[in-house]
Amino acid sequence: MDKGLMGLNDVREPSLYTVKAVFILDNDGNRLLSKYYDPELYPSMKEQKNFENNVFNKTHKADNEIAFLEGMTIVYKSSIDLFFYVVGSPQENELMLMAVLNCLFESLSQMLRKNVEKRTLLDNMDGVFLVVDEIIDGGVILESDPQQVIEKVNYRADDSPLSEQSVAQVLQSAKEQIKWSILK
Amino acid sequence: MIKKFDKKDEESGSGSNPFQHLEKSAVLQEARIFNETPINPRRCLHILTKIIYLLNQGEHFGTTEATEAFFAMTRLFQSNDQTLRRMCYLTIKEMANISEDVIIVTSSLTKDMTGKEDVYRGPAIRALCRITDTTMLQAIERYMKQAIVDKVPSVSSSALVSSLHMVKMSFDVVKRWVNEAQEAASSDNIMVQYHALGLLYHLRKNDRLAVTKMLNKFTKSGLKSPFAYCMMIRIASKLLEETEGGHDSPLFDFIESCLRNKHEMVVYEAASAIVHMPNCTARELAPAVSVLQLFCSSPKAALRYAAVRTLNKVAMKHPSAVTACNLDLENLITDSNRSIATLAITTLLKTGSESSVDRLMKQISSFVSEISDEFKVVVVQAISALCQKYPRKHSVMMNFLSNMLRDDGGFEYKRAIVDCIISIIEENPESKETGLAHLCEFIEDCEHTVLATKILHLLGKEGPRTPTPSKYIRFIFNRVVLESEAVRAAAVSALAKFGAQNDDLLPSVLVLMKRCMMDSDDEVRDRATFYMNVLQQKQKALNAAYIFNGLSVSVPGLEKSLHQYTLEPSEKPFDMKTVPLATAPITEQKTEIAPVATSKLPEKLAPCRQDIYQEQLAAIPEFQALGPLFKSSEPVQLTEAETEYVVRCIKHAFTNHMIFQFDCTNTLNDQLLQRVLVQMEPSEAYEVLNYVPAPSLPYSQPGSCYSLVRLPEDDPTAVSCTFSCTMKYLVRDCDPNTGEPDDDGYDDEYVLEDLEVTVADHIQKVLKPNFGAAWDEIGDDNEKEETFALATVRTLDEAVNNIISFLGMQPCERSDKVPENKNSHVLFLAGVFRGGHDVLVRARLALADGVTMQVTVRSTDENVVDVILASVG
Repeated sequence: MDKGLMGLNDVREPSLYTVKAVFILDNDGNRLLSKYYDPELYPSMKEQKNFENNVFNKTHKADNEIAFLEGMTIVYKSSIDLFFYVVGSPQENELMLMAVLNCLFESLSQMLRKNVEKRTLLDNMDGVFLVVDEIIDGGVILESDPQQVIEKVNYRADDSPLSEQSVAQVLQSAKEQIKWSILK
Repeated sequence: MIKKFDKKDEESGSGSNPFQHLEKSAVLQEARIFNETPINPRRCLHILTKIIYLLNQGEHFGTTEATEAFFAMTRLFQSNDQTLRRMCYLTIKEMANISEDVIIVTSSLTKDMTGKEDVYRGPAIRALCRITDTTMLQAIERYMKQAIVDKVPSVSSSALVSSLHMVKMSFDVVKRWVNEAQEAASSDNIMVQYHALGLLYHLRKNDRLAVTKMLNKFTKSGLKSPFAYCMMIRIASKLLEETEGGHDSPLFDFIESCLRNKHEMVVYEAASAIVHMPNCTARELAPAVSVLQLFCSSPKAALRYAAVRTLNKVAMKHPSAVTACNLDLENLITDSNRSIATLAITTLLKTGSESSVDRLMKQISSFVSEISDEFKVVVVQAISALCQKYPRKHSVMMNFLSNMLRDDGGFEYKRAIVDCIISIIEENPESKETGLAHLCEFIEDCEHTVLATKILHLLGKEGPRTPTPSKYIRFIFNRVVLESEAVRAAAVSALAKFGAQNDDLLPSVLVLMKRCMMDSDDEVRDRATFYMNVLQQKQKALNAAYIFNGLSVSVPGLEKSLHQYTLEPSEKPFDMKTVPLATAPITEQKTEIAPVATSKLPEKLAPCRQDIYQEQLAAIPEFQALGPLFKSSEPVQLTEAETEYVVRCIKHAFTNHMIFQFDCTNTLNDQLLQRVLVQMEPSEAYEVLNYVPAPSLPYSQPGSCYSLVRLPEDDPTAVSCTFSCTMKYLVRDCDPNTGEPDDDGYDDEYVLEDLEVTVADHIQKVLKPNFGAAWDEIGDDNEKEETFALATVRTLDEAVNNIISFLGMQPCERSDKVPENKNSHVLFLAGVFRGGHDVLVRARLALADGVTMQVTVRSTDENVVDVILASVG
């Protein structure tokens, strides 16, 4: 039932299902992460990757923020060697999609301490999966405030192996060991 | 140890992507570490990440290996590492469909969702609901209810959203949580409020009263979340549309008030809702248009895009409402986002003056190659609309279109161009030859079968009537040599039309046809042989019946009738007249300028309305043996819009009978109606044979009852009749809340408006693409002619429309369009009268003080001619 860009009958259905798909590609258009929330939209992996390729080819040259491709509204953003995309139906409120995209980008930016580039992203891939999971659940916008997302995920990027916390942990384990030795 | 692992990983990775050369089997091997004690959270986390990454890349996991990994993962619940636990939840969700026995983690998840760690609770609920089915859902129902009203927003949101996902599967269970959702909707947290409203709406959307109450409550108290506002605006506009509420309703006021909201998202949603409302007046549009105008100069591309796209939509119906924005739109035509520029230009094309057309077209041709097909289609649509508005510009447009036709582009794009050229040809006879020439050039190298056959069909129709038909033959015959079967077959049909229309071309066409008879494809050969034989007879009537005007039966109907015939073999030959006629003639329908959907799915062939009725009626035992359904009328309202009961009638005509179908809706929620029927008193010699009542009519669920009437046999000219109608039924009062009816009921009746049967109910529209040929084919055996003066009619247009709607016949040869500034016109109408008699009407109209009309009727049956003339008089 999808309709064209200028479809006549495009009254917005009252629904929480806003996001059709979200994906992050590298600067060669390779998929780093992607989630499709509408099982009817590109059910097979091949269709999904075709779509991502098409979207990448049409968007990576000009940073235009918004595009309309294959009957879908797509908002996007790039950072160094990464491209972030949020896909919605042609009737969707473009600003809601932008809210999701901004939240995703801001959350990752905070989590990765402003190093939003491929290497850091991949080094903290577990955190990235968790961030996406906190922002969208099955196509529903779960959270749109980056601060909230970061608090919920509570993830520490691992570029400083010797932080204060680890000192505290060492102390804690030392205490435990002493306790055990006394009990013995 | 951790360090070492990381280093190793780094070395094996390909520099920039540590996951690039992951091997599924190696990762699964590594997953054995999950079973080691003590658990090493850091390493396990890394392996889980790899597994999820592989799944995300589309790596296929077999059931056995997935199950094995899943079971190993369950051990990790023993660790208290937060991130590790969260990744376990993700793994559960990702593997829910590929691993077996995922429900084994139910108790661990239930523990987490009710535990003390708030960070675990929300995600645990979402993972749990992912693996839960209806029966298990009841087991956790208590926890879900508690979670929905939990103080922690992430817990409440997770529970609400998960409940929403479960609605599809277990509506009845989730329905019981309505009170909790109601409580959550008053939450201070903006996301919780949004999710609660969404869930409440999904649970109640079939109960209009409850939705209205909910809207009233929250629009009065105000909302915190902009998302919730957007949701409310959508609900309000849907409700307005369903109730056809006037724009003085409080719902409209609410939407309008949102135009002043502080969030752009809400303002845009409200403006868009107003713009999309049917029957919006210019005054109501104005405030929406002015906020959109402001957005046009926003620094945010998405907002500019949203605004100009919506303005483009307004310009389709109300170009004058957008003129105020012309200056802002002019600034956007050089926008670096080409989508925005395209939308701005096409909007200006709709609102601007004729003088600006050339400039805008030049601007757009400078970047048309840079934009996506979707927007190219928008450009073509704008051109198409423009051609209707400024017919004099057609040569500029045609030129532009032919250039676009030569460029690369997908099917939708090419189809839009072809449709546009065809509509220009039809509107402007002087552009016909250039247009046909462009299309001929296009099919020389066209990969789309549908378009090639469409153009060949058009060439066959229009080509023979041009001054030099012979020049098209080469293009058509090239197709026979070069193309696929479907195109070859279409080319053969087109050739036949040239042979039939132009005597001097006939010998050459016959030679070409002979070649086609040796084609490798059955269909092409069959068509060639058929046309060859018809053409060799050199008889006008045969040409008309078999070459110019094909069958007018409905194809699914023909299929069904033939199947029926083969099931019951009989001596009688198959009778074409028993086949229902096609209701909507597909060809020569005015090519809709309505925008083309860029659907990626193939269009499904919807069964036509009449085929649906035919099946519904055939299923009722009383109505068997009536023969095929001849025609179903449009519904006629027999009640006012806002009454207790809403009744509309559809008139179904059969060979000797009529069935009246009454679609009734009971709008009283404290009544259950039973044994509902509509009693009919005819004014003429019509005989009511049978009533089929609707057994029961609960609140707001439509039901149908039927009346069967026999048409007068002795007087075939008695085609019109008035029926007075009364609805009779048994009322049982019931509880409005539960719908539980009382035991006793009483009989009651309700008077409906009178129902008219007119001549149009007996005639089915049929399109004759070549009216002249059909006229000659029927001959003047039963011809009659009469002249009438239409004193009340002031214009030719009005006269033409009156005659068409009165007789219910199909206008042919585009004769329903009266050229401007003419004071005479000829209207050609074609139809089939009940019983299968072809009938053609030629009406010559002359405008003096009133309109004088000379009607000539031809038919295969004499009575039909009399019926038509009698009813016109």
